[in-house]
Amino acid sequence: MRAVRDFRNVAFAVGWRTIHNVLHNPSLLIPGMVFPLLNFVAFAGGLSRLRHIPGFDYPPGYAGFQFCFVLLQSAAFGGVFTGFGIARDFEYGFSRRLMLASTRRSGVIAGYAIGALVRWLITSVAVTAVAVIAGMRIKGSPVDLAGLWVLAIMVNFAFLCWACGIAMRFQSVQAGPIMQTPVFLLLFFAPVYVPLKLLQGWIHAVATGNPITQLLEANRSLLAGQPAHVGVAYLVAVGLILGLSAWAVLSLRHAEASG
Amino acid sequence: MRDTLGQVYHLARRSVVRQARQPANVVAPIIFPLGLLAVNSGGLQPATAIPGFPTDRFVAFALAIPFMQGALFATMNAGTDLARDIQTGFLNRLSLTPVRGVALVVGQLAGVAFVATIQAVVYVLVAYAVHVHPAAGAAGVVVLLGLAIAIAIGFGAAGVFMALRTGSGESVQGLFPVLFVFLLVSSMNFPRNLIEAGWFRWLATVNPVSYLIEGLRSLIIEGWNGEALALAFAFSGILIALSLVASGFALRTRMTRT
Repeated sequence: MRAVRDFRNVAFAVGWRTIHNVLHNPSLLIPGMVFPLLNFVAFAGGLSRLRHIPGFDYPPGYAGFQFCFVLLQSAAFGGVFTGFGIARDFEYGFSRRLMLASTRRSGVIAGYAIGALVRWLITSVAVTAVAVIAGMRIKGSPVDLAGLWVLAIMVNFAFLCWACGIAMRFQSVQAGPIMQTPVFLLLFFAPVYVPLKLLQGWIHAVATGNPITQLLEANRSLLAGQPAHVGVAYLVAVGLILGLSAWAVLSLRHAEASG
Repeated sequence: MRDTLGQVYHLARRSVVRQARQPANVVAPIIFPLGLLAVNSGGLQPATAIPGFPTDRFVAFALAIPFMQGALFATMNAGTDLARDIQTGFLNRLSLTPVRGVALVVGQLAGVAFVATIQAVVYVLVAYAVHVHPAAGAAGVVVLLGLAIAIAIGFGAAGVFMALRTGSGESVQGLFPVLFVFLLVSSMNFPRNLIEAGWFRWLATVNPVSYLIEGLRSLIIEGWNGEALALAFAFSGILIALSLVASGFALRTRMTRT
């Protein structure tokens, strides 16, 4: 019982600090919000004619098609951007003091996860509002939409764990490219612009084996109110969380051991 | 005049050597745009099925984009290097010598031209490797390289201006997303006449970056399109002129401050 209370106290304290820092520093909040919005504007605005390609049939429209990608992208990068903050905490020596003061250090990861979640929720509201203004038609039921958002939250947590692990290993903001490049590649090797069935050649093979594809296709089906392969997508998300949270915990132990 | 040319030579040599000694400055502007080219040309290949699309291979259509992205990297590299010179006091020491402002700016841009040339040659080689043969032929490749270098110098001069204005490498880096917006809201991924959303087509039409891309693209997929080339060279010339004039004013202020 005491362990649970210690974990919760540490998590809430770190979470509150992360949220406070982000909300009081526009240079931390704005890039994370502007990046997905710009992608949405560029893709949904510039590429909307792709909906006329033979075989492209998506009831929520091209804005909805891109919304699902940008929502997942913002969730993943919400985690990664929080990872930059963790690395900065190590550089400034704050993490060292945090480790000393924490009675339950795994709560530190949970705290950063709370911060990443709140940060992403703010971004996701903006992305959703812009998508609706841009003409996205929501065909899914409230349950479908809840499923869509829960998947995005799971992605946010998984990639927070990834970035947290990198930050705790390298303990420097210079590890930023290692945090974001693999995430960027994973996201863009999914069917970003057209459905998987319309991709051809090597990109089709890569996208088929990419776990993000399952999440993206499931999210698109939920928005369209035609759920498909949602169970598989949830299994993939759980797998990502288990694997990447283990990575984060191991990296935390590594950081503890390195003093 | 001879003195100025001598100063330009020494500062240009320093700039080129500096770039060559930072492999990340040369490699990143090549690898990153080529990675995006691979992703986009694979993902957007179905777009070529749209009636009126100017080519049946999206990789040929998209090949102009790496040249632009490379130019954006040039902005950052030139600006960050000069900002470092300001922060480390090199510019202060230089201001005690008879070196002329024009030599400083032109010398700095030599490094940009050096990297831009390497980038452009690599991109052209990649084009041939993926069986995209520029429609304008061998002479077109020469013009393509010239235009790419001119665009990189224009953006590099903008980077020099930003560095002189702000004096901070971090500020120059922070401006990258702002410049990237110009690339995103352009005819980068679709021909302007096929962009469906009216507001986006309008933005792409008033965005000079669209004309730079279309000039490069015309040589690859169309052949010799006088209008596209004239617009591209005109806009790159305007960018170079404006950035150099602004840099001149900023340099004067910077030298006064120091």
